[in-house]
Amino acid sequence: MRNAALAAALLAALVYPLLVPNYLITVGMLMFFTAFIGQSWNVSGGFAGQTSFGHAVFFGVGAYTSTILHVSYGWNPWLAWPVATAMGGLVGAGIAFLSFRAGLRGSYFALITLAFAEVFRIVANSAGFTRGGLGMLIKADSRFENFQFATPIAPYYLALALCLVSLAIAWWLTRSRFGARLVAIRENEDAARALGIDVFAEKVKVLTLSGAMCAAGGTFYAQKYLYIDPSIAFGIDKSVEMLLVTMVGGAGTIFGPLIGSIALTTINELTRNAASVFPALKNVQPLSLVVYGAMLILIVARLPDGFASLLKRRHA
Amino acid sequence: MLDPQIILAGVLNGLLAGGIYVLVAVGLTLIYGVLHIINFAHGSLLMLAMYAVFFLWKLSGVDPYVALPIVTAGAFAIGFVLYRGVIGRWSHGKDENILLITLGVSIIADNGALLFFGGDTETIDVPYAGKIIELGAAFLPLPKVISCAAAIAICLGLGLFMARSDTGKAIRAVAKERQGARLVGIDVEHIFAVSYGIGIACLGAAACLLMPTFYVTPQSGYAFVLVAFTTVVLGGMGSFVGAAVGGFLIGITESIGGLLLGEQLGQIGISLIFILILLLRPTGLFGARA
Repeated sequence: MRNAALAAALLAALVYPLLVPNYLITVGMLMFFTAFIGQSWNVSGGFAGQTSFGHAVFFGVGAYTSTILHVSYGWNPWLAWPVATAMGGLVGAGIAFLSFRAGLRGSYFALITLAFAEVFRIVANSAGFTRGGLGMLIKADSRFENFQFATPIAPYYLALALCLVSLAIAWWLTRSRFGARLVAIRENEDAARALGIDVFAEKVKVLTLSGAMCAAGGTFYAQKYLYIDPSIAFGIDKSVEMLLVTMVGGAGTIFGPLIGSIALTTINELTRNAASVFPALKNVQPLSLVVYGAMLILIVARLPDGFASLLKRRHA
Repeated sequence: MLDPQIILAGVLNGLLAGGIYVLVAVGLTLIYGVLHIINFAHGSLLMLAMYAVFFLWKLSGVDPYVALPIVTAGAFAIGFVLYRGVIGRWSHGKDENILLITLGVSIIADNGALLFFGGDTETIDVPYAGKIIELGAAFLPLPKVISCAAAIAICLGLGLFMARSDTGKAIRAVAKERQGARLVGIDVEHIFAVSYGIGIACLGAAACLLMPTFYVTPQSGYAFVLVAFTTVVLGGMGSFVGAAVGGFLIGITESIGGLLLGEQLGQIGISLIFILILLLRPTGLFGARA
């Protein structure tokens, strides 16, 4: 029953771009992309319980690494992609090593990730190799071998593929001993240590994985929009977006970030329509974020396991 | 190397800015010390208070310094209600829940401000804005001197209130030993809400003192939240003396950082201090061992 539903959903996702206008294909692409970077947050924030307020640091490192290699050193972006991914993993390992060795937990870890993202933003804003606040422009040359796209269909399928990979990683976490150790750390760090789990090593590992995933998303974003600047790459908006979709959908669940991303996209489209009815609401983006902030509070207050728990309850 | 006179001027200007940081940080450290929660909405609530000051001035011409009692009282009421209605009620007493709920409050505040007030930078023109006090090589803007003095006076007044009044004593009792306080008949939930209210009232006062020389945008909250946390972490979470020393140190760091590294890169000092303190000495300068 469950497998049949999943197969039907996958089939629908595959034929969707063949049936709808271009604008809706892009909406679908954004939905899967946000689910992907949300899943990168979920791996460390949801499964391992290490709430981060600064995941944009990995996103930005990925976006800037591939863009600098491509623009300044002439690399093919496809080749730069794995390097950017590895770089995100490296930064994840570094931040985890420093923070967890100092014994930071809970809110303090969340705040220090925010500060790291801020340091990267300021450096990117002033350094020469990132072109400072001007940002970096990737020259348009929309051939697929150049990691650029002439139609919205190609990035849609690429985002869908990324999303499926991230779902597979999350599924693996629910099945593997590594995932079980992460959940043990999330539920009670001291008890996990007493059971013989190397808490520090596991936390460094999971942030490495999460950072690498998020950086891969950064490269995809840069190649899709052909432009990045320090605020897009390292600003708090991306960090909050990843946290929100995961918390709303269900932290520590396989489908949480995807459900949250579908909810966010739906709210975005609804507020866009509301804005066309009430012209006073010129700014659509803040309105949807106001709704989303309220949802975050309500979810934490009333539904701590997110929307995913509603589905689970029905199945049980 | 820079002229020592210019450095001295930088230090003096930093101290003046630091006075207001002290006030912001005292509010944050009070909330942490009593409720043991991280109030991530601190910067956003300051931003809203700054807009309140701006609109009072724009719509009815109220001078920011005259608005101080009104905005402070209003901020207290909002803080009290916010704690009673949302934060205290829905967090189920879990540390990370409170962090996420206050994050939700700040998302709503920031984007609500963008939605209703627009993204423009707003400033207040007061007739005394250009007045300068000369002190050696340092030119100190009069409103900054007034604001710093007022911020220090308010902090001292708050200290006196905490030391002498019954409410102040109850707050300190709850901060030290919440179970014991409950046993001797203190309404702990009420004290939590009052403490949160006082913390936010400090923001109301700080907003009035900031506006004559500063500007406000919907992003101001985010700009201030790291400064406030750095100040508090530097001084030691929950420590009043720490918040005071931290505020002045941060003011000087910002001013000297701007002189040496330029306006853009100068901001990096605050984030670096925050990271280094958390990594190397998480109890700060004056904090007790957690």
